[in-house]
Amino acid sequence: MTRVVEGGAAAKAAVPPSKQSRGLPRWRRERVAGLLFLLPALVYVVAFYAYPIAFNVLMSLEKYTLKTFVTGEAPFIGLDNFKHLVNNPEFWPAVVNTVWFTVGSLFFQFTLGLLIALFYQHKFPLNSILRALILVPWLAPVLVSGAIWVRLFDQDTGVINFAIHSLGYQGQISWLTDPHLSLISVLIANIWIGIPFNMVILYGGLQAIPRVLYEAASIDGASAWQRFRYITWPLLRPVSTVVLLLGLVYTLKVFDVIMSITRGGPADTSQTLNTWAYSLAFTNGFDFGLGAVAGDILLVIVFAFGMLYLRYAYRELRETAS
Amino acid sequence: MSGSTSSPARSRRARPLQSRLKTVGWTAAGILITGFMLFPLYWIVNCSFMSQTDILQTPPPFIPPNPTLDAYRNALSTAGGYIQSSFIYALGTVVVTMLVATPAAYALATVRARIGSLLLFGLILAQMAPGFVVANSLYSAFNTLGLLNSYQAVILADSTIAVPFAIIIMRAFMIGIPRELAEAAKVDGAGQLRIFRSIYVPLSRTALITASLFSFLFGWGDFLFALILNNNPDHTPITVGIYRFIGSYSVEWPSVMATAVIAVIPAAFLLAIAQRYVAAGITAGALKE
Repeated sequence: MTRVVEGGAAAKAAVPPSKQSRGLPRWRRERVAGLLFLLPALVYVVAFYAYPIAFNVLMSLEKYTLKTFVTGEAPFIGLDNFKHLVNNPEFWPAVVNTVWFTVGSLFFQFTLGLLIALFYQHKFPLNSILRALILVPWLAPVLVSGAIWVRLFDQDTGVINFAIHSLGYQGQISWLTDPHLSLISVLIANIWIGIPFNMVILYGGLQAIPRVLYEAASIDGASAWQRFRYITWPLLRPVSTVVLLLGLVYTLKVFDVIMSITRGGPADTSQTLNTWAYSLAFTNGFDFGLGAVAGDILLVIVFAFGMLYLRYAYRELRETAS
Repeated sequence: MSGSTSSPARSRRARPLQSRLKTVGWTAAGILITGFMLFPLYWIVNCSFMSQTDILQTPPPFIPPNPTLDAYRNALSTAGGYIQSSFIYALGTVVVTMLVATPAAYALATVRARIGSLLLFGLILAQMAPGFVVANSLYSAFNTLGLLNSYQAVILADSTIAVPFAIIIMRAFMIGIPRELAEAAKVDGAGQLRIFRSIYVPLSRTALITASLFSFLFGWGDFLFALILNNNPDHTPITVGIYRFIGSYSVEWPSVMATAVIAVIPAAFLLAIAQRYVAAGITAGALKE
């Protein structure tokens, strides 16, 4: 600290007093200086968030294809891309897949995450280390997790089919090549990836519930279920809402899991809006405008739930901060 | 009477044993739950020490029957370049993110201004945008600028995952630094830059390290931006490398699994050295892909 004070004194001596009293009042100058620190972030936000989002919307209204890169022309075609997309026979299947994938992921990630978080509320040796280890699958690159599941799901030599055989079922389950199962397979892998995130946040929420409430309920003879139903569940609700809203937004964005396990196949049966948008723009057809429309649809949904998240999360923040 | 005097004595002896058994039961259940969650990771480690023929046996061996390091030798020779590229992307993401996020976090923590909270809310919303949307636009922008296939293109895009998270956790930490410190320095004539450099940065070391570690992981784990914005085989990161490996018709599983183990090491390492910050970081940020 003394170093700072000395340095400060030296800096003060170097500035002539007359200069300090000129121009803006001191508090204003400080405020402006403070806002200068925001400048790099503001520039970054404009260049790498605002511009790409706005440009995506613009592209979705243009005939923007590989040809555009050669000729530099992107004729404005209004809602034609949108019509093309909706009339594509793959559109509704992709929407339905997205809905099932999202609902399934949210339900199982949340339920299993909550059960594990409740379990770790008990005190026992190794609790904290075991709880921390659960986070490894979540920190690993998602694409790598996907690659692992490709091996686990293998029809002939995968460990999942081996386990199912050991339980007595003799058929061959083609997790990755059966059109009826491909979406379920990527869903299972995505649930596994999402459990740690739900667990950590819900664990924090559970820890914040005052112990006294449980003690009082126990004295009144409340059963474990009653304590959960009338104390844990209602008091955890704000945290649950935040976790589910964030989970929804992030599940709509899921890309790596599906790409590594099925690449949207077979025959587009595990394609979601997001992976389909990628294939429209970068693998089949190179129609960036068409991909951008699918991107627009995702943006609208994501931002709607994002606003809801901000309302909930930041109300919580304000309450805990005061 | 004699019965009632002996029973407390018995229960005193019995209870520790019973509760000890109960504790052991909880720990065993905990090991089971965590073990179940970690099984897929065990499986890649297991496979990475086997040969292709051993991996493709039925039933699949749960312990390598003929342990070998061949897969790692192969992985290092074929995926060595991928690992190097991933390091460049990850370190570049740390540099860009910290340069942008640290001053912003300072301003958001110390100056109360409308533009600050607008920026914060804007960031949270913006990072919710699907990566595809950002990549789709940046692809044509970088094409115009001649930046496609360069390290910088992917690094700048990767930072979009890390910047909001870094700003939020560092701001949350800096708000907790007593304002009196800055006031005292101001009385002595220190300007904003001096206060930032000599008070806020050193005192928020913990938050800075956490933000850097997460930025590293975001850059290390990115797949989408590298897939779309880079076509140069010499700049392929480990994630795209694995994606190409498993896409081929005859997958060389031992090498894939050894490469996967190498790709997970930074995450495991981060958790080992910064365990308490990780959980705190996740909760404070409450955001992640």
